[in-house]
Amino acid sequence: MLVYIFFAVLCAAVMLPVIMMVLLSLNDETELASAIMPLESGKGFCAPDPLPFFPTFSHYKKLMLYTPEFYRVFFNSLRNTAVILVCQVLFAAPSAWAFSRMKSRHSKLLFDMYVIFMLMPFQVTMLSQYLLLDRLGLMDTSAALILPAVFSTFPVFIMYRSFSQIPEDVLDHARIDGAGEFTIFLRIGLPMGRSGMLAAVTLGFLDLWNMVEQPLAFIKDKRLLPLSVYLPMIDKGSEGIVLAASVITLIPAVFVFIIGQDELEAGMISSGIKE
Amino acid sequence: MTDAVHYGIKENTENKTKTTDKRKNKRDLRYLPFLLPGAVGVIVFIIIPFADSARRSFLTNITLEWCGLDNYRAVFNNEAFALAMKNTLRFTAVCLPLLTAVSFMIAYVLSKLIHARLIRSVLLFPMAIPTATMVLIWQILFADSGCINGILTYLGKGTVRFLGEGSFWLLVGSYIWKNLGYTVLLWLTGIESISSSLCEAAKTDGAGEVQCLVYIIMPSLRPTLYTITIISFLNSFKVFREAYLLAGSYPHRDIYLMQHLFSNWFAEMDLGKMAAAAVCVFTVVFVAAALLKKVWDREW
Repeated sequence: MLVYIFFAVLCAAVMLPVIMMVLLSLNDETELASAIMPLESGKGFCAPDPLPFFPTFSHYKKLMLYTPEFYRVFFNSLRNTAVILVCQVLFAAPSAWAFSRMKSRHSKLLFDMYVIFMLMPFQVTMLSQYLLLDRLGLMDTSAALILPAVFSTFPVFIMYRSFSQIPEDVLDHARIDGAGEFTIFLRIGLPMGRSGMLAAVTLGFLDLWNMVEQPLAFIKDKRLLPLSVYLPMIDKGSEGIVLAASVITLIPAVFVFIIGQDELEAGMISSGIKE
Repeated sequence: MTDAVHYGIKENTENKTKTTDKRKNKRDLRYLPFLLPGAVGVIVFIIIPFADSARRSFLTNITLEWCGLDNYRAVFNNEAFALAMKNTLRFTAVCLPLLTAVSFMIAYVLSKLIHARLIRSVLLFPMAIPTATMVLIWQILFADSGCINGILTYLGKGTVRFLGEGSFWLLVGSYIWKNLGYTVLLWLTGIESISSSLCEAAKTDGAGEVQCLVYIIMPSLRPTLYTITIISFLNSFKVFREAYLLAGSYPHRDIYLMQHLFSNWFAEMDLGKMAAAAVCVFTVVFVAAALLKKVWDREW
C-alpha cells in the first residue's frame, strides 16, 4: 500500500507541469495576468489557480486567428521531422541490417565508429557541419536542418539491436529455397525487425520535434525556424498565446508517444537481450 | 621436439583464423549494397567534415595558415573552457549514476507490482514533452518569485534561487524528470527477460530476496546496463536545451556548459578555437566510449 502511495505522489509530481500548462492555457486574460504578475514585478509569489475560474479558449482563438506565422512554423517542424524520419528509415534500415548480418572484423570496426559518432554531442560536429553546409551554400535553409540529421547513426544503433535477434538459421532456410539477399531483407528482415524500426522512429520523432541546437546555429531567417525554437521567442506580454501554442505543440508529440509507446517497449525488449 | 609440435599447432590455428576471416570477409561482401548508401552518407556528411574541422584546428582563423598548436594553447588557457568542461563533467558524473540507480530501484519495485503499466506510462511521458513548451511553466514554478518559493516561504523555509545558485540541481532535476521513465522502461524489459523460475528455484534452495537480487538479477542485467549507460550519456548532452531556453547564452556560472561555450564561440565565429575544442571533446568522449566497450567486452 505504501508503495502505491509513493508511486501516486511520484506520478503526480511528474505530471504536474503538464497539467498546469493545460489548465493555465484555459485561464482568461485577467486571471492569467494576475497569476504570473510576480514574475515581472518580483513582488509576492506566483499562485496560479488550480482550476480556471472562467475557462475559456480565447487564447487558442487568438493564436489561430491573429498569429499566421504560427501555422508556418508548425508546418516547418512537421515537414522537417517527416522528411528526416522517412530518409532515416530508408538509409538506416538497410545499414542496420547489413551490420547485424556481417561478421568480419572490418564491419565491427565500422559499427564501433558509428557508435562513437552517435555519442558525440552536436557541438563537436557543429563546426564541421557548418563548414560543409557553408560550402554547399545551404546555410539558412531548411536543408541545413534536414541533411545532416538524415545520416544520424542513432537509428542504425537502435535498429541493429532488433535485427540481430533474427537467427541466421531462418535466413539460411530462405536461401536454400532460393531467396535472394534483397528478398530476404524485405520479407524476413523488415517484418521481424519491425519493432526496432518503430522504436527508432518514435525516439527520432520525439527528439526531432524538440530540435534546438541545429536551428540555433544554422538558421537566421525567422520564417524557417521550427516550433521548438520559435515558442520561447514569442513576445513577452502574450503569455496566453505562448501557453496555447505550447499545448498545440505538445499534441503531435503526445499522439506519437501514445501510438509508439508499445513499440518502444517491444523494440527495447529485443535490445535488452545480449547479442 | 615439443617446441616444434607446439609451433606446428600454433601455425595451424593461425592459418585457420586467417581462412575463416577471409571467408567471413567474402560472405560479408554481399551485404555491401545494403550498407553502402547509408555509409557513404555518414562518411560524406559526418566523418570527412569532422576530419576537415580537425585539420582546421591547426590553422589560423581567417588566413588559414599553419599555426601549429596555437589554437590548442588558446583553448587550454581559456578560463571559460576550463569552467565549461568542469561543469559538463560534473553534470555527467552526478547524473549518470543517479539516474541509473534511482531508475533501477523504481524498476525493481515496479516489476513486483501488478498495476505497473499505468505508472510506467506516466513516468515515460516527460520524454515526449518538447523543452520549448515548458519554458514558461518552469519560470512560473522555479523563478525567485515562483510557486515553489511561495510554498517554501509559506512553510517558513526561506527562498531558493533555482535559476541562480540552485540552477545546477534544477538542471539535474530536469534531466532526471525527462529520462527517468525511459531508463525505468529499459531496466524493466531487462528484468522481465530474466526467467522468473530462476529466482524461484533459488528461493526453494533457501536464498532470500536480497540474494536473489544480487546474485541472479543484477548479473543478468549487465547488457541492459550497457544500453542504459550509452543512452543516458547521449541524452546528458541534451540538457543544453533546458539550460539555454531557460537561461540563455550566459547562464549562472554553475551551469555554463561545454555546449554554451561552443555556441558562443560559434556566434563570434571563433572557428580556430572551436575546432581545437571539438577535437578535445571528441578525444574525451572517444576515450570514455572505448573504456566502456572494454569493460563491456571483458569476460565476467
